[in-house]
Amino acid sequence: MTTIYVPRDSSATSVGADEVAAAIRGAARESGHDIRLVRNGSRGMFWLEPLVEVATDRGRVGYGPVTADAVPALIEAGMLDGADHELCLGLVEELPWMRDQQRLCFARVGLTDPLSVDDYVANGGLAGLRAALDLAPAEVITELSDSGLRGRGGAGFPSGIKWKTVLDTESDLKFVCCNADEGDSGTFADRMLMEGDPFCLIESMAIAAHAVGATEGYIYIRSEYPDAVNTMRAAIDIAYAQGWLGSDILDSGLRFDLSVRVGAGAYICGEETSMLESLEGKRGMVRPKPPIPAINGLFGKPTVVNNVLTLASVPTILANGGGAYAEHGMERSRGTQVFQLAGNIKHGGVFETAFGITLGELVNGYGGGTLSGRPVRAAQVGGPLGSYVPAAQFDLPTDYEAFAAAEAMLGHGGVVVFDDTVDMAAMARFAMEFCAEESCGKCTPCRVGAVRGVEVIDRITSGEEPETNIGVLNDLCEVMTEGSLCAMGGLTPNPVRSALQHFADDFTGGHAPATTGDDPTTTSGNGSGPSGVLAGDEESKA
Amino acid sequence: MSRVDVAELVRSVVENRRHERGPLLVILHDLNDQLGYIDSTVVELVAGELNVSRADVHGVVTFYTDFRTEPAAGVSLKLCRAEACKAVGAERVVEHAQQVFGVRVGETTPDGSVTLDQVFCLGNCALGPAAQVNGKTHGRVDENRLVEILASAETTERASATSPGEPS
Ligand SMILES: Cc1cc2nc3c(=O)[nH]c(=O)nc-3n(C[C@H](O)[C@H](O)[C@H](O)COP(=O)(O)O)c2cc1C
Ligand code: SF4
Repeated sequence: MTTIYVPRDSSATSVGADEVAAAIRGAARESGHDIRLVRNGSRGMFWLEPLVEVATDRGRVGYGPVTADAVPALIEAGMLDGADHELCLGLVEELPWMRDQQRLCFARVGLTDPLSVDDYVANGGLAGLRAALDLAPAEVITELSDSGLRGRGGAGFPSGIKWKTVLDTESDLKFVCCNADEGDSGTFADRMLMEGDPFCLIESMAIAAHAVGATEGYIYIRSEYPDAVNTMRAAIDIAYAQGWLGSDILDSGLRFDLSVRVGAGAYICGEETSMLESLEGKRGMVRPKPPIPAINGLFGKPTVVNNVLTLASVPTILANGGGAYAEHGMERSRGTQVFQLAGNIKHGGVFETAFGITLGELVNGYGGGTLSGRPVRAAQVGGPLGSYVPAAQFDLPTDYEAFAAAEAMLGHGGVVVFDDTVDMAAMARFAMEFCAEESCGKCTPCRVGAVRGVEVIDRITSGEEPETNIGVLNDLCEVMTEGSLCAMGGLTPNPVRSALQHFADDFTGGHAPATTGDDPTTTSGNGSGPSGVLAGDEESKA
Repeated sequence: MSRVDVAELVRSVVENRRHERGPLLVILHDLNDQLGYIDSTVVELVAGELNVSRADVHGVVTFYTDFRTEPAAGVSLKLCRAEACKAVGAERVVEHAQQVFGVRVGETTPDGSVTLDQVFCLGNCALGPAAQVNGKTHGRVDENRLVEILASAETTERASATSPGEPS
């Protein structure tokens, strides 16, 4: 019996993987082939999706992108035996994209059946949890600190310090919360991991529970990810049945209960304190810090809040030791980063490798440049609150500090590529518009500043005293940076200022964007004078 | 659904969830899934069951975009307008959809068949422009594919409306 893999990942199904799977089932039945069809996670080479893999003696042979219509001919040509065909890619593991990665966090994603207990254990699953359970909580945290792991959710905070704070805070009740809100455009690795290797996240949260003394956990998943929600919930049910969750985990006496909570369409709920409010069933209003969640978190109890990928990096650290993990990377950026190549890119997807690879190697090398075939103009790195990096700076190494020195932000490693048809003034305007739309409304610099920002940019682009208004925009950015309670208002100036700094002509009409592409709508403002950057506070819509 | 039925539904949903920590959002999700919206009647009922103020419940309902205050159409079309999708022409798709349906984003067509919404990121950023139709994500959406996707969604919608199956 031949094993065939067709991904169930929602990016793969967004371009027809379900239809391809159905076609393969039907055609195999008709032609009398006995097959086992596995719906795996995605390998993260989205330009090849739907990517069909066939297990052979040589290894897994790939075909892609496959359409349902092409299936009969493929099967005719011998796909089920791994035969050659124009869509045949050869051995998947030997494709440069796969071969050149160091997949620590994504080791199993795309390889296994996400909900198969056997696949999980056969491919290294539970090794980290077993190792952790043999250690005292403080020893687990030492391994974590030795690994140099920093938060993958954007801020890069050392995870060992966070966990130690929770461990050291006395309480009758502690929580572990996974931030799976992944609202940033250009990021999808959290989703891929939850859909492709959900047990890994469960294992990591059990390790965290042991390390800090927590008994309850929540995974907060955005509602835009229904497939991730379903897969995680199914995996949690299986994990309970296996004794990987519950009152006596792996017969160690560890008790940890875990459940999924679903967001409700609010970007700000990715900010950790807003997420905690939302988990408590409230409006997602950001809390002032201090107190920090590690001391005063969910329902006022000490709480670990970590991103999906931060947590998913933990099992391998415990299984192989913190030192082994720290051997990857550069300077203070240790281990691997799951880079996400998105937007106008020929080869988009997930590329996990040690920190230090340059932006150019990622975008122009592995990414193959733009999808449109036009020159790359800029990339926004680190999500909507990250800076636009012009193509001229693509020699930047992917290191938190190197990016910071270049007034950019590595963040979670999401990279959104734009070609030369992009209007950067429109993108700057969108950054302000997005902030106005998604602000929680708690503080004025963000809530009102963002609305003013849109207006000022409209004045600049419509030629109204551009120099004066660019000054106003810079002042406004200053106020937002200095005066906002959280990074929503505090970092929105990043994309705005970087666009202004590197692409000033787009604002003042000197750059005529090439005209084949996208034209982000830019409506003009109402033109009332700038009487103090934040004048005229108004009703918040949040 | 009559007011009595709604009250019964609210009571049973709240009973189901009462033991959970901070259950309001979970309850609202359940109700929004089953009713399709949360109006002032539902707000009042939930507040009563949980013994909290109406303003508290209202505040939560209005904070989150998922909770609709009026019934949505059979087909919910969400188009991504975030950066990665803009980079590959999302605005053109939005423009096209607005023209075809004769509504702006956030509105429902006059015949009540399609609700058009904008969304910021569906996590399909390497295969944009992305759209979500009744919870299923689609990639590489252009003007033509949009028409195909909606046609098949409407067929499914009609089929499920005529078969007396479980409410999903
Ligand atoms: C506006 C805003 C949105 C955020 N969204 C997310 C998110 O979607 N996922 C995430 O993990 N962190 C997000 N963060 C960062 C979190 O506040 C927090 O730093 C992170 O969850 C901590 O986990 P880590 O240390 O493992 O990265 C966001 C922050 C801000 C200010
Ligand atoms: S900066 Fe914006 S999102 Fe953050 S607390 Fe202030 S108003 Fe809320």
